[in-house]
Amino acid sequence: MSDLLQPLPRWIDVGVIPVLNVSMAMIVSSILLLVVGIEPVEAVTIMLHGAFGYDEGIGYTLYYATNFVFTGLAVAIAFHAGLFNIGGEGQAYIGGLGVGLAMLLLDSSMPAFLLLPIALIMAALFGGAWALIPAYLQAYRGSHIVITTIMFNFIASAIMVYLMVNVLIMPGQQSPQTREFAESAQLPFMHEVFAWFGVNISQSPLNLSIVWAVICCIGLWLFIWRSRWGYETRAVGFNEKAAVYGGINPKRVVLISMCISGALAGFVGFNEISGVHHRLILNFTAGYGFTGIAVSLMGRNHPVGIVLASLLFGMLYQGGAELAFEVPTVTREMVVAIQGFVILFSGALAYMSTPFLTRLYNRWK
Amino acid sequence: MNHSSQIVESAEQTVAEMSPPPAIELRNINKSFGAVQANRNVDLIVQAGTIHGIVGENGAGKSTLMSILYGFYEADEGSIQINGKPARINSSQAAIAAGIGMVHQHFMLVANFSVLENVMMGAEKGFLLKNSIGQARRKLRELSENYSLHVDPDALTDDLPVGQQQRVEILKALFRSAGILILDEPTGVLTPQETEQLFKILSSLRDEGVTIILITHKLREIMAITDNVSVMRDGEMVAHCQTAETSTAELAELMVGRKVSAATRSREQFLGDIRLKVENLSVAGSLGNKLLDDINLEVRSGEIVGIAGVSGNGQSELLEVLSGIRPLSQGQITINGQQFKAEDSYNAADMRELKVAHVPEDRHRTGMVTAMSAWESLILGYHHDSRYNKGILFDQAAIHEEAERLIKEFDVRPGDPEIKSANMSGGNQQKLILAREIDKSPEVLIVGQPTRGVDIGAIEFIHGQLNQLRQRGCAILMVSVELDEVLALSDRILVIFDGRIVAEVNGNEADTMTLGLMMANAHEPRSSQNLKGDA
Amino acid sequence: MSDLFLMIILTFDAALRVSTPLILCAMAGLFSERSGIIDISLEGKMLMGAFIAAAVAAVTGSAWLALMAAIVATMLMSALHGFACITHRGNHVVSGVAINIMASGLTIALGHAWFKRGGQTPSLLADARFMPMEFPFAEQAGNIPIIGTIYKELLSGHNGIVYVALGLVGLVWWIIYRTRFGLRVRAVGENPQAVDTAGISVSWLRYRAVLLGGVLTGIAGTYLAIAQNAGFVREMTAGQGYIALAALIFGKWRPLPALGACLMFGLLDAVAIRLQGVEVPMIGEVPVQFIQALPYVLTVVLLAGFIGKATPPRAIGVPYVKER
Repeated sequence: MSDLLQPLPRWIDVGVIPVLNVSMAMIVSSILLLVVGIEPVEAVTIMLHGAFGYDEGIGYTLYYATNFVFTGLAVAIAFHAGLFNIGGEGQAYIGGLGVGLAMLLLDSSMPAFLLLPIALIMAALFGGAWALIPAYLQAYRGSHIVITTIMFNFIASAIMVYLMVNVLIMPGQQSPQTREFAESAQLPFMHEVFAWFGVNISQSPLNLSIVWAVICCIGLWLFIWRSRWGYETRAVGFNEKAAVYGGINPKRVVLISMCISGALAGFVGFNEISGVHHRLILNFTAGYGFTGIAVSLMGRNHPVGIVLASLLFGMLYQGGAELAFEVPTVTREMVVAIQGFVILFSGALAYMSTPFLTRLYNRWK
Repeated sequence: MNHSSQIVESAEQTVAEMSPPPAIELRNINKSFGAVQANRNVDLIVQAGTIHGIVGENGAGKSTLMSILYGFYEADEGSIQINGKPARINSSQAAIAAGIGMVHQHFMLVANFSVLENVMMGAEKGFLLKNSIGQARRKLRELSENYSLHVDPDALTDDLPVGQQQRVEILKALFRSAGILILDEPTGVLTPQETEQLFKILSSLRDEGVTIILITHKLREIMAITDNVSVMRDGEMVAHCQTAETSTAELAELMVGRKVSAATRSREQFLGDIRLKVENLSVAGSLGNKLLDDINLEVRSGEIVGIAGVSGNGQSELLEVLSGIRPLSQGQITINGQQFKAEDSYNAADMRELKVAHVPEDRHRTGMVTAMSAWESLILGYHHDSRYNKGILFDQAAIHEEAERLIKEFDVRPGDPEIKSANMSGGNQQKLILAREIDKSPEVLIVGQPTRGVDIGAIEFIHGQLNQLRQRGCAILMVSVELDEVLALSDRILVIFDGRIVAEVNGNEADTMTLGLMMANAHEPRSSQNLKGDA
Repeated sequence: MSDLFLMIILTFDAALRVSTPLILCAMAGLFSERSGIIDISLEGKMLMGAFIAAAVAAVTGSAWLALMAAIVATMLMSALHGFACITHRGNHVVSGVAINIMASGLTIALGHAWFKRGGQTPSLLADARFMPMEFPFAEQAGNIPIIGTIYKELLSGHNGIVYVALGLVGLVWWIIYRTRFGLRVRAVGENPQAVDTAGISVSWLRYRAVLLGGVLTGIAGTYLAIAQNAGFVREMTAGQGYIALAALIFGKWRPLPALGACLMFGLLDAVAIRLQGVEVPMIGEVPVQFIQALPYVLTVVLLAGFIGKATPPRAIGVPYVKER
């Protein structure tokens, strides 16, 4: 009788199962490495060296991780409200558009200490607004948020292409990109920041937005577990009936949590546009929104887990690039496949091992 | 108790006298779900070609027993014989093959299918529907004529009234040549006229040799239609008897049973102002039927008004509408002078603003988020309260301090505010909810099943808390299926049946017997109207 | 006048070509979703099917072997989706996202490792592809005005798979509405308990529906890689799986309206290409991106209930738990 078995204790649920799931993803990834003709151990060595072996590599790893923290947190807050936001990619794109528009408009007339906060706010506003429409349609019109956010990714992409090709393109340019922002609208790189203090580190795209990512982690943790609105969010996500009993309006929770989710995804635009490219370009989101799904599932929707998962994926991205450089049969897209394995095992098949572990635990006990 | 065991014996005798094998013979059926034993040593013999009633309160184990017979669950222990032959029924498929058909309480129909499609689904002849359709249409016509079960085969199921949908369910079973038909609470969704028609159909089915098991908690129906009746209580079979030889009064007593209550009645009166007033309140269900029909009641400061009734008669809806969870369709509610009507939008938070506390019936699914910790469960509904917040964040120190105080005062175990609510026993979860709701010194308390699934010690404690609250002048409306609890605590008792208040009794004058009859709506209807007039 | 007519006919002709993978995917999604399993992994399965078809065609030189291999590959992915959603009651959307992302990464990683062309497969010769079929007397008929032009330019000269896709819609309609299997698939997506109590296995029924979807996405991928094109290019599905999903929703989960939606979306695409850089009288130049985004916008508007109402199968996305 399966229902007479004791449930698994917390340490297995939070400790063992996630590790087991990620291990399964890694085993399948190793098989993939073998298939493309490289020893997994050798590959990991190269990747680790590429990601952490020298300071430029570390810079890249952390720069990728910054994006993953933003999109991972974005997916997580929606998950806490019981929603699946697949639209991180589009929200990041539109968030970046907000940053770009504001900077192109204002960079000649304002100093940096005003411009950079404006960029941050624009990223949040645009990203949040892009998530608000699907949220509204879900809450008040009953349209499934998964489908609408997918559609909004494509619509965002179409809008961006149109604007870049027809409106914002720098005159006389062949490729669709805007002019570079004035220096006052450029978020300082970390190697520049370190240089102010006389420390020399190698150049990398890592910029000050990593500080903002850390702040977001703490802020989101406080919001979800230490504020009444986060409390409402979790109540709706866990048990809508009990939430209604508690006087909570689930529709409002959907709107608020999706807005925050979109804003967080929008910060990818802040990192990329204000921090790295200093101009609006196409496809700067590069799939980071989708990686956020893997990061959030792997990190169990908790900021600490998300930071760890982001570092892992940052390592995979940077180390993967290094691997692709070293081994001709490998491409960077290998990492995308690994991402898929992580989503499969940590998400869709998350509880595959539970019945087995439960039996094992009960026998062992 | 003596009485019932005699009846069991007499049933055994009648069995021995009959010659053909019984249609169904269940022996020593046991079934547990975790720690809950839903069926304990259940025996049941149903004679072929009879209508056999099974009565019992909700949760008595009737549905579990029938699910075992229909292969939804497998019994942990016990044997099943169908028409004298041992049968192993481990799936619906096996049950159908054994000639058993079931009409579930919630119909198993595909809403956007035609009647014909619903009837033949799973019993098609061959891969192509074309062949099945013609054959099914013919057989359906035959069945309709034989049993006067008329339904338009091409009508969309969703468009049919409930009574007709039920006929489709019966036709589905007959289409599969079921010789044994189980009906689970079939009249719950029917109007009196539809019920009458159903009974006609059931009689004609019996005349054709179909064996019928009728599960219900309505004693009148048992008396009206069955040949034999079995009574279940707390997972056990407590009596078998021939319907002709029993009475509603006897069945009601068997059904409700007796339990010792630890609570003592407080006799002093503290009656104050009217705090809660309900006028002509109606609530419509999704099928357009009335879940609550023209309810009128009032509760004064310092009194406990108990709502007695067999569960499923509208109590849950009454609790929900009064606590702001469910909108009302007609009538109005007045709380401390504030009126709520159908057109007003209000929610549970607005009700709490008016110092209405609510201890819900279902603590697992409604009263708390079991995935949250004890301290989090202790602020549900009050999480915006200024005492729990400091600026934009929770005041962790204040919340924890209060959680520890409440856990101590209400003796919640284990006494750790960090423990997940899901990992507490039922009694402790209930104490947690009571602590949260009572500690805010509410002026109105709406409470459902205050001691369901709670151990004896906790029952005593909870009853004591409710009495104290009453003394402090709170107006308490309590719903409970435990008659003894209602009797022990209530100043006044209202009896609810089919969404209507059918009787009102003074708490001092009520007794189990009369209440049991009223709950089954088996007492003289005229007296109920008189009582209602008095109220 | 005849120029305009020819242009219109050619636009329709192009629309038919573009619609074919949409039609196949929409029908695949139809089986899955009517049985209650959300299928947002059409994109990934089609991509994988395209890659496998192109890879096998490049290695063996046989289009038919390529088709078989693609179907096997996409059925395996469908089985994985079923394993997660049906057997392990996982989240349908998460599983679908996993499959899409895996396909996106695996096709490039494997393609690069095997063919060393940065994720592309070698260009295929005509023998290893499915080639257009000319109808008899198409050339001669071309001289007959209107009817002849339609015959030659619109009806004739398509790839075999285009005709197969159109025929399959009829077949899917027939299976869904005229067979026992179809009846049960429709039932299990609406009310799995009704199916269960009627003595039918919910899981097996859903597995079969999902696997059938796998077959169709395999054909769709094959069409993209070795019929419409002469090889695999990274991310060559370019969101068409999602457009197919949109078409399925737009067609309210019914075969014929879904076909209509696919043709409409295909036509939009063909028109967008034709209108590139063209000044339309009264309107001016219509941005291509606007037309390309239209399927998505229309689907959102439909989902929001502003034009008609798209009611999904009632039990879609809900894992079936037997015990009540």
